[in-house]
Amino acid sequence: MPKAPASVEFRSVSKRYGLVTAVDDVTFTIEPGTLVTLLGPSGCGKTTTLRLIAGLEMASEGQILIGGADVTRLSAADRDVSMVFQSYALFPHMSVIENVAYGPTVQGVPKARAREMAAEKIAVVGLSGLENRSPSELSGGQQQRVAVARALVLEPQVLLFDEPLSNLDAKLRRRVREDIRALQQQLNLTVAYVTHDQEEALAVSDRIIVMSNARIAQAGTPRDLYEQPADLFVADFIGDANILDGVLEEERGERGLIRLGPVALDLARRGARSGPVKLAVRPDAMAITAQPNGRASVEGVVEHSSYLGRSLEYRISSPLGELFVVDNGRAAVHPPGARIHVGFSEGGIVVLPG
Amino acid sequence: MTAITDVAGRPTRPRAAGEGSGRKRRSGAEGVRSGPVLLVAWIAYAILPWYWLDLSGSAHPLAGYPVGPGGSALALGVTGRAWWLLPLLVPLAIATAGWRSADPQRRNGLLVLGGALGLLATLKQGFLIGLKGWSFAWLAALMGGPGPTQVGFGLGAGVLLYAFLLLVCQGLAGRGWCRGDAFVVGAVGTVVALILLFVFFPVSTILASAFQDNAGHLALGEFAAKITDQSVWGLDCVTGQLRCGVAWNTVFLGLIVGVATTALGLAFALIATRTRFRFKGALRLLSILPIITPPFVIGLALILMFGRSGAVTALLSEWFGVPRSRWIYGLPGIFIAQVLAFTPIAYMVLVGVVQGISPSLEEASQTLRASRWTTFRTLTLPLIRPGLANAFLLGFVESLADFGNPLVLGGNYEVLSTKIFFAVVGAATDQGRAAVLSIVLLGFTLLAFWAQQMWVGKKVYVTVAGKGDAGLPAPLPRRVAWACYATAVPWALFTAVIYILILVGGFVRSLGRDYTLTLDHYVAGFRIEQGLGGWVFSGGAWDSFFATVEVAAMAAPLTAAIGLLTGYLLTRQRFAGLRAFEFSTLLSFAIPGTVIGVSYILAFNVPPFELTGTALILVICFVFRNMPVGVRSAVATLSQIDKSLDEASLTLGARSWTTIRLVVAPLLRPAIMASLVYSFVRAMTAVSAVIFLVSAQYNMATTYIVGRVEAGEFGIAIAYSSVLIVVMLVAIVGIEALVGKRKLGRRETAASPAVAVGG
Repeated sequence: MPKAPASVEFRSVSKRYGLVTAVDDVTFTIEPGTLVTLLGPSGCGKTTTLRLIAGLEMASEGQILIGGADVTRLSAADRDVSMVFQSYALFPHMSVIENVAYGPTVQGVPKARAREMAAEKIAVVGLSGLENRSPSELSGGQQQRVAVARALVLEPQVLLFDEPLSNLDAKLRRRVREDIRALQQQLNLTVAYVTHDQEEALAVSDRIIVMSNARIAQAGTPRDLYEQPADLFVADFIGDANILDGVLEEERGERGLIRLGPVALDLARRGARSGPVKLAVRPDAMAITAQPNGRASVEGVVEHSSYLGRSLEYRISSPLGELFVVDNGRAAVHPPGARIHVGFSEGGIVVLPG
Repeated sequence: MTAITDVAGRPTRPRAAGEGSGRKRRSGAEGVRSGPVLLVAWIAYAILPWYWLDLSGSAHPLAGYPVGPGGSALALGVTGRAWWLLPLLVPLAIATAGWRSADPQRRNGLLVLGGALGLLATLKQGFLIGLKGWSFAWLAALMGGPGPTQVGFGLGAGVLLYAFLLLVCQGLAGRGWCRGDAFVVGAVGTVVALILLFVFFPVSTILASAFQDNAGHLALGEFAAKITDQSVWGLDCVTGQLRCGVAWNTVFLGLIVGVATTALGLAFALIATRTRFRFKGALRLLSILPIITPPFVIGLALILMFGRSGAVTALLSEWFGVPRSRWIYGLPGIFIAQVLAFTPIAYMVLVGVVQGISPSLEEASQTLRASRWTTFRTLTLPLIRPGLANAFLLGFVESLADFGNPLVLGGNYEVLSTKIFFAVVGAATDQGRAAVLSIVLLGFTLLAFWAQQMWVGKKVYVTVAGKGDAGLPAPLPRRVAWACYATAVPWALFTAVIYILILVGGFVRSLGRDYTLTLDHYVAGFRIEQGLGGWVFSGGAWDSFFATVEVAAMAAPLTAAIGLLTGYLLTRQRFAGLRAFEFSTLLSFAIPGTVIGVSYILAFNVPPFELTGTALILVICFVFRNMPVGVRSAVATLSQIDKSLDEASLTLGARSWTTIRLVVAPLLRPAIMASLVYSFVRAMTAVSAVIFLVSAQYNMATTYIVGRVEAGEFGIAIAYSSVLIVVMLVAIVGIEALVGKRKLGRRETAASPAVAVGG
């Protein structure tokens, strides 16, 4: 039987370089067989976290467990973890099959068997027939599959991806991320995946860990993060959001009556108390109409509009402040300067706690 | 990944029972295996001969084993012959207890403790008890009597010391140092220990001996008197007819040589990169020449041209009646010889810098309507200024460190390097004086080295961009071009004449006097006769020639290995003290050969490290003098190879050593070849440090030639020199052809930016 996938657990892990703290008191668990994304802007500590799992960096403090065993002080070579590097890191002096067979070979597997294992994984990533090419003779997408095959060949307990799509062109990205997700589910792998692209993260993950300034900002399912952002940073980072000031006028159990300028909304209050609150309004939670549309609407003037084919984007000045609105309908384009009405639906608006 | 669905239905084939080895080892405490090292430590202590064996003696070296001269530490300790070796059992026991301990924390702690104690104890007894009993007067007074005696460390002691060091490293790795990588910690420990032993220890011995009188007592007054001596710092030449102090002589020579080589080097560099000069191939030769020319050969050629009976002198006196004189001996001669010898170094530095200036900068300047001259003056010159400073400092340091030319040509003009030599080997041997002069010389070179590192070392390459830069470099303004030609061409011709003279000089009876063609010099040096037992190498030069090749061939792989390993550690690993580590590896390059020579005989002439008179000390000397070149070429090559290649290998379960063997070394092959060639050639041509260390058994080619020069046998000296030059030229060209071929083969894939260079 293939190995059971293992969990990864961080217990108050910190990593410091001199005075700089790259990872600050981070605690999380990646359940076996799930794909968890580390998401955040550059410099937030996500790649360092990934390298801490791999053993390429050593934690300054805290404990790291893989499959329940403490690996905090184990070197990369001693951890049952493989990694697909951003640059793929294929050995340029070896052929495709030599690259993939490298892992078993250095573990002392007989050469013939190592090649057999490699050929098997090369078939899994769909590169059969290219075994004897050198990496430089492959396209970027093919190189990446070789890197994946090489990482899979030892059937590691945990597989790590460091921004695997960043060197691919936009069209290919969607394909490859679906392939990675399919592979993870077929082979039942525990995967940690680093990216700075929130759309990518939403698309592939079972859970997402959003990092900011070396700490975890929020962890949860893609849906949790999008619909229940813990703070302003997460709301703004996962999908776009208009951050607006509102007032909680009446607490109604778990919900509350919130006034946003002339608009009154009934929303989950998420622990907020009566008084001023911040609201995150998704750009697609607003509809633009030429005429007033019910009570939940404000007047505005189109400042700027962009036609993107599938959708229209507007920048609108309104009494509530500047609004960024995405219109997915097939409506006519409102030119700059046009007076319009912006209608709010309660679906895409959340109260930000705290 | 279209094939995923094809395989999807099929469950992954179960692994056979025997395939467990394919999995990564992940049992926690087994990351470091100290068992083998401990075993070696015990063997070194209990079985191997502890002391240095005199193999040349008539008695069998292992007579009386396990006691006697070849006895093991344990046997000698138990029988009371060397009772002071018994306490070493304590650290061995501590480390062994650590190894048996199940708790990793305790285990690693005990390994570090045992190893460190063992190192200290072994070294302490070695330094306290010497050839003539207690090594220090206070100790003799304390313990009473002359005390026990012992000779230098041998195989057992050396192996045990290294085993202790490795135990410390393994313990530290177990505690998470260097990402828990025992190989890396061990490598850092090894290199640091070697540098401490073979660079810092000898140099500090020199410092110590400068503060002592020749009987070994502390003598601060004597030191103060020696270091402020009029013969060192006197300034009489400014005011009167008397000679200046040797320190000022040395610095003055260094300054004018630095200026001259920089100017000439710049002229050559500009011609090579910014003109359509037709003979650029000849300039390529110019960059090889200094590497393969033994340092004093140019001085020798100058004597043969301008000496009292030199070829040119003879012509001038016959045709124009210019009286024969000894003007070449002294400052003019040394100056010309050093400028000839070191201009190529300045050229190599500056050609890199001039090439490094992005042509688009100069094109930008021209599109802004600056004239060629304005562009050159306001843009090109300021950009190469750090390079100029670097070239100047290198010329200065090389001049200070040069020993061969002042020895051959010095006459009455004394410089520090020769003065140190005569203080050691001359009629009035005065080690304290040699030490003081060494300190002065060391001070000057370290100052220049420090200035180079702090001030220009980093700026030199600022304009080299990682990307290929299109565009054409601006041609030189006409007046600059003419100035370059006017300086460089005569000088190049002069250099050519010198080398032709060296090559033909060996084939005539006596340059300047008798131009009869002859092979006598070659026959005297390199005669091969057919004797009774086959061919006999009966020429006088063969012994030293073979010894040189032997020592150079031993030193080259060691130099390359240590240099490249150090370069790897510097670029690929992060650990506390990295900067200090880097500085100390480069430091050994900055120490003049003469100082190294003196410090080695002071440090390694007595137990516990008694190495003088062996081939080993020559090999060690070469390894640590030439190691920085290996370091540099490894750093240069490795910084162009994506670090995640190593990391990918690590995450696939290869340890650092396997990674180096399978991934790093193949990509480093050109650097490996380059440092092999370089260290081999440098070992063949070195003279300054070696001249102190040669013995009757291991005489080197260069010291043999210097001996012939001193005896006035110029013919054989020049014949031998040209043989050396040709041998090394053949070696270099041959190996370059070899490396070049490899480049065409597999290296091309390494250059693929998509793979090798991370984004």
